[in-house]
Amino acid sequence: MAKKETDGEGLDIPNRIKALPVKRTGPIVAGVIVALLAAMLIQGLVTNPRLDWPTVWKYLFNENVLEGIAYTLILTAISMIVAIILSVILAIMRKSINPVLRGVSWFFIWFFRGTPVYTQLVFWGLFAVLIPKLSLGIPFTSVEFWSIDSETVITAFNAAWIGLALNEAAYLSEIVRAGLEAVDPGQTEAAKALGMKRSLIMRRIILPQAMRIIIPPTGNETIGMLKTTSLVLAVPFTLELQFATNAIANRIYKPIPLLIVACIWYLLITSILMVIQSRLEKHFGKGFDARPIGSRGKQPPLPGKTEGEPKDKVDKLNDATFSGLTA
Amino acid sequence: MTETATTAAPATAAHVPAVKAVGVHKAFGSLHVLKGIDLTVEPGTVTVILGPSGSGKSTFLRLINQLETLTGGSIEVDGELIGYKHVTKNGQDMLQTLNEKEIAAQRSKLGMVFQRFNLFPHMTAIENVMEAPVHVKGMKKAEARELAVAELNRVGLGERLDYYPAELSGGQQQRVAIARALAMKPEIMLFDEPTSALDPELVGEVLNVMLSLAKEGMTMIVVTHEIGFAREVADQVVFMDGGVVVEHGTSDIIDHPTEPRFKDFLQHVL
Repeated sequence: MAKKETDGEGLDIPNRIKALPVKRTGPIVAGVIVALLAAMLIQGLVTNPRLDWPTVWKYLFNENVLEGIAYTLILTAISMIVAIILSVILAIMRKSINPVLRGVSWFFIWFFRGTPVYTQLVFWGLFAVLIPKLSLGIPFTSVEFWSIDSETVITAFNAAWIGLALNEAAYLSEIVRAGLEAVDPGQTEAAKALGMKRSLIMRRIILPQAMRIIIPPTGNETIGMLKTTSLVLAVPFTLELQFATNAIANRIYKPIPLLIVACIWYLLITSILMVIQSRLEKHFGKGFDARPIGSRGKQPPLPGKTEGEPKDKVDKLNDATFSGLTA
Repeated sequence: MTETATTAAPATAAHVPAVKAVGVHKAFGSLHVLKGIDLTVEPGTVTVILGPSGSGKSTFLRLINQLETLTGGSIEVDGELIGYKHVTKNGQDMLQTLNEKEIAAQRSKLGMVFQRFNLFPHMTAIENVMEAPVHVKGMKKAEARELAVAELNRVGLGERLDYYPAELSGGQQQRVAIARALAMKPEIMLFDEPTSALDPELVGEVLNVMLSLAKEGMTMIVVTHEIGFAREVADQVVFMDGGVVVEHGTSDIIDHPTEPRFKDFLQHVL
């Protein structure tokens, strides 16, 4: 976005208007009230002895807490990577000309979006009970080439990231689909006319443009995932940050300071994720927000779709974000 | 209809026509858009298709490039039937739909320019032009770059290589689109209302590029409302209305139309 500056600065405009701004008392009053409330809140937080800041500092860098952070980050990273790959596949399947692929994708999304993630995680924890042995063989016969006990494969850690990833993939695939659909069909036609095949068009033309729309809500989802990892105690997997701080709290009978410890770390990681997200947005915005200063940017808006594009994107993006928020 | 002046080349020629459409029908659902189009385009000639919007002229162009599928009739490009091939099944001659790869191969003979340019917005001008030579033909990047520079120079945009489409004017974007199509070395160029989305002062630069292409002997089929261009450049003018060819001949028919519908159309456009 361009900075707001005085119009026609440095130009010779003899009858330039110098007027006082509109009088606004409302905003000033509101500003003062809100600032006062915020100051009271901060004062209360800092001085409230029950928050027990010394304990907060003591446990902020506790070994178990740091280990919890590591597991939280690993779980977030693995489940998001798996979910992103799976979601792109699901979104492409959803748009396939093959009704079987479309149906499977639809069912997957219906199921994993339609049940609580907590319930799904409990299920994954019970996977070994449900299916004791995994085997490779000819379907619908007793022929088996290889088999393994479920317990050794679906450990608590694996169950945790599989559960999180599958649930997330269902949400992400709707975001990806919205992104793919927001790309102008003329792009596909132009690419076809150049002799490109469907897979190449998807990889080189559609996906890179869809990324622009996909990334902001995906960043949102990643931040959501960071916090959803605290639900893996349902599996039960008990090494991530929330459980680690909670365990300490139960041991020393001081729940509030340890909640603060957890909050501080979650906020810090979230802030870092936000920075990464804005970098990515910049990268995939190439060519779209590239209207630089000087002669290059002086051209009038184009009659074609370039101007209209952001508009249809906004609602699609909102749709995607909303579905994400209701996770 | 002026019979003395039909297509540019005589039918007795031994060479195959660049495009030969016979009885082409196209329906979208229950909407009958094309109702039996016959058209022959000889190599090295310029055919301009005129007609009111909704007359099916763009649809016809898109059929040639297989962006739509035929409902009836046949189109041959360079003597080769497009979209289908003849196979013998149970001793009977039948049409087999071509697969994606075969269609892509047929499309490689045709270059297409769209009304709304359809440049790839996430790529610079030169990347747009290099895209297909590199990823479809498997050309080396350095070689494709050289080719792209040459093609962009040809349309007068040698100075704008590293600009993104959003940084170019409509006329410049359309010229990049022409360069992008030319980089695939097509035998025939299809123009689908190439100047309709442009501001009036930008139309000339695009028409000039098309004019010089025509002079170089490129086979062109142009759907347009630019009567001046048709009069000056066209070897063959086709007027379509309501899904049929109402009148066709040399560019003379623009000044001496015989069909009342064509007369009426020209009065509104000129």
